[in-house]
Amino acid sequence: MSRVVRIAANTFREAVRDRVLYNLIAFALLLSGAAILVGQISVGIERLVVVNLGLTAVSLFGVVIAIFIGIGLVSKEMEKRTLYTVLSRPVRRWEFIVGKFLGLTGTLFVNTFFMAIGVFAALLYVSHKFQSSDAWILVALFFIVLQFLILCALALLFSSFSSPLLSAVFAFSLFVIGSFAEDLRGFARMSRGLAQGLATTAAYLVPNFSALNVIGQVAHEQPISAHLIAYNTAYALAYSAMAICGAVLIFERRNLK
Amino acid sequence: MVAIETINLEKTYAVGFWRKKPRVALRPLNLTVEEGEVFGFLGPNGAGKTTTLKLLMGLVIPTGGTARILGKNIDEAEIKAQIGFLPEQPYFYDYLTAKELLEYYAQLSGVEPKERTRKIEAMLERVGLKDAARVQLRKFSKGMLQRVGLAQAILHDPKVIFLDEPMSGLDPMGRREVRDLIEELKQQGKTVFFSTHILSDAEALCDRVAVIHQGELRGVGHVAELTSSVAGKVELIWNGSAVPDGFSALGAECHMSGETIRAVVPEVQQEAALEILRRERLRLNSLTPVRSSLEEYYVQKVSLAAKPAGAAR
Amino acid sequence: MSGSRKVTVTTSVLLLFSLASSVFLLRRLDQVRTSATLEEVLYLNSPKWVRRLSLGYTGLLADIYWTRAVQYFGSKHVTRATDYKLLSPLLEITTTLDPKLIVAYQFGANFLAPKPPNGAGQPDQAIALVEYGIRNNPDNWKLYYELGFIYYYMESKDYAKAAEAFERGAKVPNAHPFLRVLAAQMAQHAGEIQTARMLWQTAYATTQDDLIRKNAVAHLRALKVDEDITELEKLVAAYRQQTGLPPSSFNVLIGAGRLLGVPVDPDGKPYRLVDGRIELRNPEDFPFVEKGLPPGYEPGLPKFH
Repeated sequence: MSRVVRIAANTFREAVRDRVLYNLIAFALLLSGAAILVGQISVGIERLVVVNLGLTAVSLFGVVIAIFIGIGLVSKEMEKRTLYTVLSRPVRRWEFIVGKFLGLTGTLFVNTFFMAIGVFAALLYVSHKFQSSDAWILVALFFIVLQFLILCALALLFSSFSSPLLSAVFAFSLFVIGSFAEDLRGFARMSRGLAQGLATTAAYLVPNFSALNVIGQVAHEQPISAHLIAYNTAYALAYSAMAICGAVLIFERRNLK
Repeated sequence: MVAIETINLEKTYAVGFWRKKPRVALRPLNLTVEEGEVFGFLGPNGAGKTTTLKLLMGLVIPTGGTARILGKNIDEAEIKAQIGFLPEQPYFYDYLTAKELLEYYAQLSGVEPKERTRKIEAMLERVGLKDAARVQLRKFSKGMLQRVGLAQAILHDPKVIFLDEPMSGLDPMGRREVRDLIEELKQQGKTVFFSTHILSDAEALCDRVAVIHQGELRGVGHVAELTSSVAGKVELIWNGSAVPDGFSALGAECHMSGETIRAVVPEVQQEAALEILRRERLRLNSLTPVRSSLEEYYVQKVSLAAKPAGAAR
Repeated sequence: MSGSRKVTVTTSVLLLFSLASSVFLLRRLDQVRTSATLEEVLYLNSPKWVRRLSLGYTGLLADIYWTRAVQYFGSKHVTRATDYKLLSPLLEITTTLDPKLIVAYQFGANFLAPKPPNGAGQPDQAIALVEYGIRNNPDNWKLYYELGFIYYYMESKDYAKAAEAFERGAKVPNAHPFLRVLAAQMAQHAGEIQTARMLWQTAYATTQDDLIRKNAVAHLRALKVDEDITELEKLVAAYRQQTGLPPSSFNVLIGAGRLLGVPVDPDGKPYRLVDGRIELRNPEDFPFVEKGLPPGYEPGLPKFH
């Protein structure tokens, strides 16, 4: 177990020193610019716009980074053969994958944490005080982190057998498709026969990002049910575990060139 | 005790995207290396040396056969604590300093936290990187990286050390240092298994060598044994205006530069050659045995192998 | 060997377990989110904005919104919901994204106008939607038919407007000939049941949409029942006038030569004669009937056949 933690810690260190967190600067600029602009032009809906824009930006920045570092850091280890000196030690391949996953999610968590501070600061700037319904923003952020968890696992799964570029394409496509997962299940229900079987299978295999997106709800200060929080958490964990298991199974059999 | 043992270890890659064709990287290999030996693994580029090392490290999954290190199957992760490995042209995490890198590897190898700092300091000293300990590896030269690579391979005091082309990319001083290091490891009773295509290194360091070519083991043995099977050559130098008749019949290679003639003849023809020179009343300047008999052996094994396979050379 | 096999087995078991749990959790999520999913749509309720955000992929997005509309109505309908407030914006967004999606207008005509639980009870929105459809597809006679249909089925039957709509449609090239017949019938309000039957038959014939067709079939069945019972009531009344007593059973009527056999409903089940009233044996199978319901009957969940 300690080896998994070591690998995770090293992954985190690599990401930080690779200047991944520099994206926060772009995020901060975007958000403060938007906050100032919104404060001046849209009367009455400043809060709505800041929450919508802030959370969407957190999500999109995070998604890009999750895919980018998820694939980048793993494929780099293979390409530059640093993996050789790791796997010739008493490190099992699954420990490497799990360690990488934990390190990547740790990085994204820290990244999201700073972005969250930015969102709340912008919120404070436009509405001058916090209200109790702002707590739901934390839930939305938590769901966004759950999305990153799934994406990281998928990025690892794809890098375990595919080239970095293809992996990025796969992961990003799944993110887009997964954002319409509920509509996909709707389509599946409406089709017939063999097509229905195939569509249903596909609809259940695609990661369900739509249930994890509650930005709209939160922006309108609507509460989120405890059931949804519980199921979403369990779902994200189960789906990530599934992708990680797939990555381990493939990676266990892979020849490192 | 047997340090390294391979039993019919083989690897065939499937190449191509659609219709995969098999490409044999290593034919069934049976090899035994005793503990405390320095073992040289010789062969031209692409002969299967790196494949063999990767198989032994568990980086590549064998198509057939097994291998054991210190009596344990290589699948068992625990055995890897006893192994040190230097990959060919090593490359490490750019963003770490030499010290951080060694710390990370020491943790992965399960070096006791108490000993860690002491061992790392000592190792940096030993490979001459003490001053560069806090420099990020991205600023390291190729030679320095090779030193870091050696340091990480022996850091955790392994019993068996695998080095893939340890001398490549090093200047003469660096090569000398690596040689000294290998000698030192031998003194400590470690088993060293290294691949190289530089024969003089192998000849100077190895107890035994193996020659591999086109994925096939072509010969194994003590350096002395192997070279004895190959007839040596001698070099004769004298002053004269022309090569006397009869030399070509001896199978000699002659070179003239000015008044000096240099001829290399097989050792068995030495007496005949001297006889010719005596008869022609020519004065011999020197007679020296040509020492590269391991090279002779190597060339013989490698070119023998090449012919039936129809390769270019 | 044993080491790597153990990893493979453990990982495979874990993989299957997590796959099973993620499918299970998805089903749970769908239950929690049936309403929530679509509540979201309201946050982007400006069709123009949706169109802008679609980045030109309007066709695909229209299909997605169309699916959402159908899912929304279907999932609410089975629970006999009284409130379909999102149906109109969903259809509006769908048709803004793809103005040629005729089935969306048909769906709107069939399910926006009727009162809950059979529809959203928003005839004005239904009319606006279909008029928008006509503006974008002036040559499609089906849309004029739908428009007339809405006017005719509205709470306050507007025969004049219905006749006008059918009349407009009849002028479109290749229009179905009976639009003219319908226009004429509307103009004289004649033959209630025959007109209704024709309308529903047309509704059935002009679409491939499952929900619309099932709805039309249910209405046609109800019309048949209403017609049967009207006839039977006349017989019973005539008998009572003759004998001074209501018939105790259909057999009495058969004996009197007024009936050939025990009359049956469209499912082949005999009608019942109770205290001189004609009743359906399974009223829950006929959600739209106006006659033949037992006294105090409360409609259950609607079923389409």
